[in-house]
Amino acid sequence: MDDTDFKQSVSSVVKVFWSITLTSVISIQNISKVYSQGNVTALSDINLEIASGEFVSLLGPSGCGKSTLLRLIGDLIAPSAGMVLVNGRSAPEARQSRDYGMVFQQATLYDWRTVSKNVQLPLEIMNYPAAQRETRTREMLRLVQLEDFGQHYPWQLSGGMQQRVAIARALAFAPKILLMDEPFGALDEMTRERMQLELLRIWGQTQTTVVFVTHSIPEAVFLSTRVVVMSPRPGRITDIVDTSSLPTPRDFETREAPLFFQKITEVRECLRRDEVRGASS
Amino acid sequence: MQTEPRWRLMLRRYAPAATLFVLALIVWETAVIIFRIENFLLPRPSEIAVTFWAELSGIWGASLFTMRAAVFGFLLGSALGIVIALATARWTVISEGMLPLAIAINSTPIVALAPIMNQWFGITNPFSKMSIVAVMVFFPVMINMVRGLTQVDAGALELMRSYAVSEVKILWEVRLPNALPFLFSAFKVSSTLSVIGAIVSEYFGGLGPQDALGAYISQQAALFHFSEAWAAIIVACLLGIGFYGVILLVERWVMPWHVSVRSDE
Repeated sequence: MDDTDFKQSVSSVVKVFWSITLTSVISIQNISKVYSQGNVTALSDINLEIASGEFVSLLGPSGCGKSTLLRLIGDLIAPSAGMVLVNGRSAPEARQSRDYGMVFQQATLYDWRTVSKNVQLPLEIMNYPAAQRETRTREMLRLVQLEDFGQHYPWQLSGGMQQRVAIARALAFAPKILLMDEPFGALDEMTRERMQLELLRIWGQTQTTVVFVTHSIPEAVFLSTRVVVMSPRPGRITDIVDTSSLPTPRDFETREAPLFFQKITEVRECLRRDEVRGASS
Repeated sequence: MQTEPRWRLMLRRYAPAATLFVLALIVWETAVIIFRIENFLLPRPSEIAVTFWAELSGIWGASLFTMRAAVFGFLLGSALGIVIALATARWTVISEGMLPLAIAINSTPIVALAPIMNQWFGITNPFSKMSIVAVMVFFPVMINMVRGLTQVDAGALELMRSYAVSEVKILWEVRLPNALPFLFSAFKVSSTLSVIGAIVSEYFGGLGPQDALGAYISQQAALFHFSEAWAAIIVACLLGIGFYGVILLVERWVMPWHVSVRSDE
């Protein structure tokens, strides 16, 4: 074996052990992202470890790079520097082995497929046997409480229902990681709160690791075990607020609990501090 | 919302157009009588109707020829347009280079090529008519197909990327279904275009009046047989409308999910 090969295999072994000892599913190491057009630094030197089964929110004002970070984790874009490891493998490898379920702000359902065909899409692509596809799709539609709408087309559904189909589709193939980019951003407040409860219920049932991008402080606090506070120009992580002390399962009462408000205040102060710091620099 | 019986919905939708049509015929008929318009300038609708009935078998034979030119030209032009679009959309450089050119050619009067096509393929050869139709159909189909293949929702593509699938799979699952509405709007334009193209290319002679609708119209008009000419024009209208209607039916069948088909439910 020649020397460089040996070095590479040693370093990959070290990487694997490193990530196992940290028990993190996602390990973000010194990530930077510079867009060559206009020379914009979207993210600068990001480090973050996300453990299995965690629900982590990326929170910050627009331009802080929270969406960019999510897309880097999902390998929709490549970093300028640094690396993302998912269970010890690179993000492209993780994407190739279909570790990610993704939900965007728009439901991005395919108009030409019925609701159940949309949920089946990843299963078809991943060559699940037909019988398993059927049962899995039914299970997923039951999970998001849309079992009666399988034969409808997306346009016949409300925005909230479409987003639930998108979540069902993302979970259909039981991905290890669920990446959500402002999934409830386009919904009205009432629907939004209902969807949050539903998402927590699903998360509780599936034990998937979730990374969730939002610019709503209450949403981040209500959903997460940890809130990652980010700040723009250049995009970076400024604070991490532990919200796991909020009792689970979280419900309507949670939103009225003093601890909930306390956590919201804590996050808000982090954001405020960043703003002041940003203005003075 | 109160549900109405189906016949009343139909009545409400089509009654205005039907009434207007009948009114126009009445105005036409009475105007010809009152102003004593000579028959060779403008025949009365009732006269046209009588001629239409009497000449139907002759006109029918001629229309079959014309329709064949229109349909086969349409199929040929569409097939070529789709194939070229698929080839160029795969290599965006080519499609970006070609699209402005195609749009420019599309906005020139392609019918002007008819005499040349007649020379190329022989004036009595039906292919000379089909090729004009094919060229007329080719450009709108190709342009729309390229747009349909490339103007895909970014989210839909990202989703496919997250599933780590091949370009072929993306073409099949996203780009082609996405192109269908674009394609059908091109088909709708092209269906009427192809009847126009066939008839106009038949104006340039070489065919007998019993052979082709365009020849029939131009020769009857030259002989001052205006009722006959008008009767044939009506058939030409019906051909165009019929072709368009067939495309609509196919569209309904192929993409029941699309906004243009989302009817009264």
